[in-house]
Amino acid sequence: MDKIKQQIKDDFPILNQQIHDEPLVYLDSAATSQKPRAVIDGITQYYQTINANTHRSVYTLGQQATDQYEAARVKVAKFINAKLAEEIVFTKGTTDSLNLVAQSFGQSNIQAGDEIVITYMEHHSNLIPWQQLAIQKQAVLKYIKLTEDGQLDMADAEVKITDKTKIVAVAHASNVLGVTNDVKKLGQLAHEHNAVIVVDGAQSVPHFPVDVQDLDADFYAFSGHKMLGPMGIGVLYGKEQLLRAMPPYQYGGEMINFVEEYQSSWADIPLKFEAGTQNVVGAIVLGQAIDYLQSIGMDEIASYEHELVAYALPKLLAIDGLTIYGPKDPNLHNGVISFNIAGLHPHDVATAFDMDGVSVRAGHHCAQPLMKYLGVVATVRASFYLYNTKEDIDKLVQAIIDTKEFFKV
Amino acid sequence: MSLAGMSNLYREVILDHSENPHHKQKLEKVTQDMTLKNPTCGDVIHLELLIQDDKIVDAAFTGEGCTISQASASMMTDVIIGKSCDQAIDMAHIFSDMVMGKTHSAADLEKLGDAAILSSVMQFPARIKCATLCWWALRKSLGEKSDD
Repeated sequence: MDKIKQQIKDDFPILNQQIHDEPLVYLDSAATSQKPRAVIDGITQYYQTINANTHRSVYTLGQQATDQYEAARVKVAKFINAKLAEEIVFTKGTTDSLNLVAQSFGQSNIQAGDEIVITYMEHHSNLIPWQQLAIQKQAVLKYIKLTEDGQLDMADAEVKITDKTKIVAVAHASNVLGVTNDVKKLGQLAHEHNAVIVVDGAQSVPHFPVDVQDLDADFYAFSGHKMLGPMGIGVLYGKEQLLRAMPPYQYGGEMINFVEEYQSSWADIPLKFEAGTQNVVGAIVLGQAIDYLQSIGMDEIASYEHELVAYALPKLLAIDGLTIYGPKDPNLHNGVISFNIAGLHPHDVATAFDMDGVSVRAGHHCAQPLMKYLGVVATVRASFYLYNTKEDIDKLVQAIIDTKEFFKV
Repeated sequence: MSLAGMSNLYREVILDHSENPHHKQKLEKVTQDMTLKNPTCGDVIHLELLIQDDKIVDAAFTGEGCTISQASASMMTDVIIGKSCDQAIDMAHIFSDMVMGKTHSAADLEKLGDAAILSSVMQFPARIKCATLCWWALRKSLGEKSDD
């Protein structure tokens, strides 16, 4: 990967620019990834050559658009090793996917007194849908605790998941703490108690190989835009028999079988869950993003990101007054590093970094219960992807030094 | 290295207010109060006012936030004490316009005292909310409805 890393950076036109007269160092891929030229061109290509509405047009363009849309579904299925392409539902993104599960599966399977188990490290998108469902159904929402260094407390998971548990919803990788959770083990625990496991894969699928069959995940959600694809396209994987048993999430065009005045029947999976005109270009171009990722290799990407983390963590830990949230051991830490600098508010830090051309996130990262759990209002977060380099990390370290100097802390 | 550009935002007087904020305390007697959060960063401000005969006799704030939000609250409490409620609302509007880059007369800006120095925040659009949070708390605690 070393040999080609400059070439990778060159594939991302946006990275070749100056911010405040400094070269852009983009360290916010956990929020959204940048897009390679192939993806950007793919969008134009689609609209210039085959744009038509899918699944309803008999003419050539309509057929081509449908074929490519369905080919993208097959590509996604293979990418995460789903058994069937029909187990892939296209959505707007992870949030939409998780809401689909909560509204459809949750509404029809949760009853008063049932338990839904989540964790303290969940993003709001894998928290609020369950919280609201629990309120509506008078179900009980339980949180799995974290260990001292920010890992999921698996002993607590064994206590929290009980025979009353119907749903366990958990992030595969945290968007704040840089940890990867053992969702396979959590799935086993859930299944032992006849519960389903819903996995938020927004921070995992872009960064390391994911095999939904090996994990035995019942539902698995992720977003296109965090894995080099465009915004507004996402995926919900669901096991065939679960999806078949679930009622539709939204009603309208293309999700029907027959419609009569007073009743209707539904299309088969996955179209049952894709009401209205879909983000066809998004799905097709997500397929091209997957091609790009596979041309490098997910194992390669994972090991390169690990190399970046192993380079960054000791340098950051050596800075006086810097606190890292999550494990300090690079072997336990993926490419999301949240930290604070003593005496400085994350917002001030992010503004200062920006003057050095370094783009990082500052705030609560859509994880307010986690912030409260950690006892902080907000943190700074730097996150890496395949186009980042060790030079980017050097610039991050320099920006921290400059910022400390400016604010005299 | 271009952190020098930051000096436009983080002027000495702003850093002074942030490090040693004025009126950052609880009031013994409170007639109006308001808690506002900045949902993008989780910052929170709790503003307390003591109003007698339509005049702000005392003001104080507590909460957590960045340099800009703390300095802004410190400067705001400095300038609103002793003003009538209408005057305070008027100042809040001038401040809001100012940081959004709308022009105001020198006489208007003078009403804001130290707080006028935060006009520099308009060059940092991502930080405008930090500066206006306390002024929104003021507008709401004086009963004004959100209109922009």
